[in-house]
Amino acid sequence: MVGDIEQIERISLKESTSHFNHLKELEAEAIYVIREVFSQFEKSGILFSGGKDSIVVTHLAKKAFWPAKIPFPLVHIDTGHNFPETIKFRDELVEQLGVDLIIGSVQQSINQGRVKEETGKDASRNWLQITTLLDTIEEHQFDALMGGARRDEEKARAKERFFSHRDDFGQWDPKNQRPELWNIFNGKKHKGEHFRVFPISNWTEMDVWQYILAENIAIPSLYLAHYRDVICRNNTWLPVSEHLHVGEEETIHNKKVRFRTLGDITITGGIESDADTLEKVIMEVAAARQTERGNRADDKRSETSMEDRKKEGYF
Amino acid sequence: MENSYLDMELLRFTTAGSVDDGKSTLIGRLLYDSKSIFEDQLEHVANSSKRRGLDHTDLALLTDGLKDEREQGITIDVAYRYFATPKRKFIIADTPGHIQYTRNMVTGASTANVALILIDARKGLVEQTFRHSYIASLLQIPHLVVCINKMDLVNYDEEIFRSIQLEYARFASKLNVKGISFIPISALHGDNVVNPSENMPWYEEKTLLSTLEQIDVSKTTSAAVRFPVQTVIRPKNDTYHDYRGYAGRVAGGQLAVGDSVVVLPSGETSTVKQIHLMDEELSVATTGMSVVVSLADDIDVSRGDMITGITGSPKLQQDIEATLCWFSRKGPQPRSRYTLMHSNNEVKAMVKNLNFKYDVNSLTREGVDTVSVNDIINVTLRTNKPLITDKYAENRTTGALILVDENTNETVAAGMIC
Ligand SMILES: Nc1nc2c(ncn2[C@@H]2O[C@H](COP(=O)(O)OP(=O)(O)O)[C@@H](O)[C@H]2O)c(=O)[nH]1
Repeated sequence: MVGDIEQIERISLKESTSHFNHLKELEAEAIYVIREVFSQFEKSGILFSGGKDSIVVTHLAKKAFWPAKIPFPLVHIDTGHNFPETIKFRDELVEQLGVDLIIGSVQQSINQGRVKEETGKDASRNWLQITTLLDTIEEHQFDALMGGARRDEEKARAKERFFSHRDDFGQWDPKNQRPELWNIFNGKKHKGEHFRVFPISNWTEMDVWQYILAENIAIPSLYLAHYRDVICRNNTWLPVSEHLHVGEEETIHNKKVRFRTLGDITITGGIESDADTLEKVIMEVAAARQTERGNRADDKRSETSMEDRKKEGYF
Repeated sequence: MENSYLDMELLRFTTAGSVDDGKSTLIGRLLYDSKSIFEDQLEHVANSSKRRGLDHTDLALLTDGLKDEREQGITIDVAYRYFATPKRKFIIADTPGHIQYTRNMVTGASTANVALILIDARKGLVEQTFRHSYIASLLQIPHLVVCINKMDLVNYDEEIFRSIQLEYARFASKLNVKGISFIPISALHGDNVVNPSENMPWYEEKTLLSTLEQIDVSKTTSAAVRFPVQTVIRPKNDTYHDYRGYAGRVAGGQLAVGDSVVVLPSGETSTVKQIHLMDEELSVATTGMSVVVSLADDIDVSRGDMITGITGSPKLQQDIEATLCWFSRKGPQPRSRYTLMHSNNEVKAMVKNLNFKYDVNSLTREGVDTVSVNDIINVTLRTNKPLITDKYAENRTTGALILVDENTNETVAAGMIC
């Protein structure tokens, strides 16, 4: 999709200050949005999944307030089905930034009987996260949570605002969104309502990768190709872990894979790849013929599954 | 070898047309022919097309986002689309064409550099064409690209294209736009969208995509320095004990270290000491950049204040004349109060006087007694504190405002300061 992908070099954004390229413009827009969140809300946080998009949002927050510390906690809605690499990465980052970490645990929601675990081969904790997320918002009285969702990810997200209003029940009403004009964001709300804010709305997957490269941002090693045990299910390579139920008819393979998104380990499929450096990943992204969510079992359930989850209060 | 990706510029454009003019098909075609569509997306669309009993893959389905819309077969809200060519990254704000959704048109137009206006070659100029063009001009979108679509249904006839072009040009002389291009296309078959048309050899100018790649998008804001302060940064740690920085996004001109500045509304003067983007120290910050500025003197600056140059001062005013696009079913009530948001500042405001209403089809002024949703009116607002303003015609950031209903918290109007 993008020119000259064969010759990608590591060029710092800083070296080309003479003109304002599109990545810098996207960066400036995101920083502006993050500062508006800080100024307009009383208690906000960054939804941190350990994935590249939330890592980029966290990096932008660092840039927005430097030399002060990031004035928000990181909020992790923990399905309990994590890649161990993600948790290690999260803890190191929190330590390094000196910010608070708030964990909303899906396992705890299950233990408390707030939600019921799905059963069966394709069981996932995706829907369950909604309850845990809304409980966490209530417990900590958040009035705004920032996330790394991008409009190019999925059809329903293409209509999402930067400042997305949620009602008392945490629900999204796609037909009744506030218009967003110029760079004036209306974060006014009634008690009990909150906002989800998406500073990198206008970024594409390619922009995110290029930015990570240009800014030299650390990401979990899972994004780079590595050997791991996987099974083939619904046309993607699912990683074998203690949480995955491997059926008798399924065979375990050892494949060189990388992950394009990091989510619940039981449903996040990897793709076969040789891209073991950032540069190579970018070349693969540029040549990709499948969207990054194409490998997520949760989106494959039905054509409108993302939209249905969003209306209920999903990220 | 340069990484060309880092040299790409961003172009934001909005699309407008009446229902069925072929807007969704056109966007689908742009994405498809510029190879921005992924296999799984195409597969979805191919399946949906089949389910609807179509014999071809309907590219319009690529852009129809939400379930309700897919069921009703119409686009009902602003949807954003992205694609890139080696030259530029494009953000499309796809807005619906029905009269009642003027609000979405205005929203999409507020950040656009280019407006794409679609006309059905069989129908020529219709009410929506006037309305959309007028809104584009009102919102000061510098360039219009008029696509005359469905040329395949009029035998690719040059005369039909020329007469629509002439009629539009005549109407557009009343508009306030910098440049207009006219392109005869067939969104369905792809003529002149990405690839030149074999069916219209008489058209020798650029295709739609090369037009979009080449339009000049350099920032055209005035040179007057505008830096609205978003928040004050005081780290209070050991290394930066006394540091106090003003965070914001440059809204006009450029700020350089050593420049003399005036802080409004206090009117105190100082000099720019440092400009930071994190640990990177800049000598200049140009329009659009988000930075942190520190001043040589210890003065009181807070959110909503504005750092400006010593020449070309903005106005400080409490009686503000503005053109409003009204979004709410309930018109402005006499003496009812709104929250006015403008350049990171918030004040209370009343609509003091309804001056006149625009007839958006003829661009003429008429009297105004009642205001209903989607009306475009000129009013005088009265605020409880002075605002630091520019004319919208001079600065699309510091000349723009919104009104928020104090009870419902809804955004009820978009305003452009006159
Ligand atoms: N023959 C022809 N039909 C077109 C063309 N562009 C769009 N259409 C058809 O016009 C109808 C409306 O198009 P659509 O893109 O949904 O219009 P929208 O309402 O403006 O988004 C559909 O049946 C399209 O297939 C064109 O260039 N030629």
